[in-house]
Amino acid sequence: MKRNITTTINGEARELAVETFHSLLDALRNAAGLTGTKKGCDVGDCGACTVILDGAPVCACLVLAAETDGCNVTTIEGLQSAPGSLHPLQESFMMLGGAQCGFCTPGILMMAKALLDENPNPTDDEIRFGIAGNICRCTGYTKIIDAIRDAAVQLRQEAKGGGKS
Amino acid sequence: MRPFDLLQPKTTDEAIALLARHGSRACLLAGGTDLLVEIKEGIRAPDVLIDAKHLPGMRDLVVSSSEGLRFGALVTARELETSPAVKDFYHGLWQALRELGSIQVRNRATVAGNVCRASPSADTLPPLIADGAVVAIMGPAGERHVTLEDFFTGAGKTVLNGDEIVTGFSVPKPLPGTGKCYVKHGRRKAMELATVGVAVTMTMTGDTCSSIRIALGAVAPTPIRARKAEAVLAGKKPDIELIAQCGAIAATETSPISNIRGSADYRRRMVEELVQRAITAAMEAAR
Ligand code: FES
Ligand code: FES
Repeated sequence: MKRNITTTINGEARELAVETFHSLLDALRNAAGLTGTKKGCDVGDCGACTVILDGAPVCACLVLAAETDGCNVTTIEGLQSAPGSLHPLQESFMMLGGAQCGFCTPGILMMAKALLDENPNPTDDEIRFGIAGNICRCTGYTKIIDAIRDAAVQLRQEAKGGGKS
Repeated sequence: MRPFDLLQPKTTDEAIALLARHGSRACLLAGGTDLLVEIKEGIRAPDVLIDAKHLPGMRDLVVSSSEGLRFGALVTARELETSPAVKDFYHGLWQALRELGSIQVRNRATVAGNVCRASPSADTLPPLIADGAVVAIMGPAGERHVTLEDFFTGAGKTVLNGDEIVTGFSVPKPLPGTGKCYVKHGRRKAMELATVGVAVTMTMTGDTCSSIRIALGAVAPTPIRARKAEAVLAGKKPDIELIAQCGAIAATETSPISNIRGSADYRRRMVEELVQRAITAAMEAAR
């Protein structure tokens, strides 16, 4: 029950041979060789596998790879704008200690990107509500929320043309 | 995951024919946020998934002042949640949607899936029942309509035949002076299944409650109406004593089980309390 699909991953059209019963998560990690997206629970509970599918953050473990034929997927590997540069969210997470073991971090960064794309100036409660489906075993969330708030400021400044302070 | 084939019909007729042909070997796939988990956990073992996502005409979401709310079976929970009209006019449903999994899950999950799965604790069911939602069903013999209240026959069981598909929902528009509320009781604030869910839709004419519907989740094999409790308030001027009586009677209408999320006795006591809170909030919103 092999299926050949063409999915645009991080801006690049990828032809992948997948099984009908493979999740997008397994296809990304195994067929596409993109191991930045993590498998925590594989059942939609932890958010470690969060990717952006046609503009919407989803759990890649709860999407079939075959369902994404013709779709656009952005993974953590596609978050930075150019090789060697970091996305403001990544900078903020580094500066403010938003990552410890790092296992939840790719998923949280993708969820945070989706959140800030939709709402560039979220309150702390809105950030908490946004990442409610991302479980972190290490940080206690406070520094994650600090980092997302900080990145939001950077991104708003960039959008105004002010660049980084 | 256990191997299965994936069929992607382009028309509803084709999907119905496939369901008839494959019978119990097949499952219909909408958002997949429950079905894929059940396959991974070995609760279901279909040989074939029939993907509904390419079926036409099931993605509309319309809120109109004449017809009320109509939405297709493929509309996601997140689309409904982010509709300002749903927030304003179907507030209980909106509150329930925000309790369903995470944003990532709601971007895939559908209300149709929540309904067809027929879990007694599903969050969207009580507010839709309180609002008088009707389910549109397509089968080999054509279309039929069933009120959501009559749709469930047991835990995980519905009136749906094996070759029928839920195509969408219609929910009447609220009368002037209507307030709605859904209260979920769980052990934590997010990513939780309901221990008890209470939805109230009530219409006030001046100080009098002209109509009220109370729907309860997770306290019986299916979501239920608390009709005796409704009768306590209908046509009366609600005050603290009447509302308390209403909560106490609602608790007697339940048949909860004890499980990891709470004992039967605890659930009954929570129904008594939460019905009062939901009525008070709905009454406030009705002003
Ligand atoms: S791995 Fe997908 S939500 Fe946990
Ligand atoms: S940093 Fe370790 S799980 Fe979040």
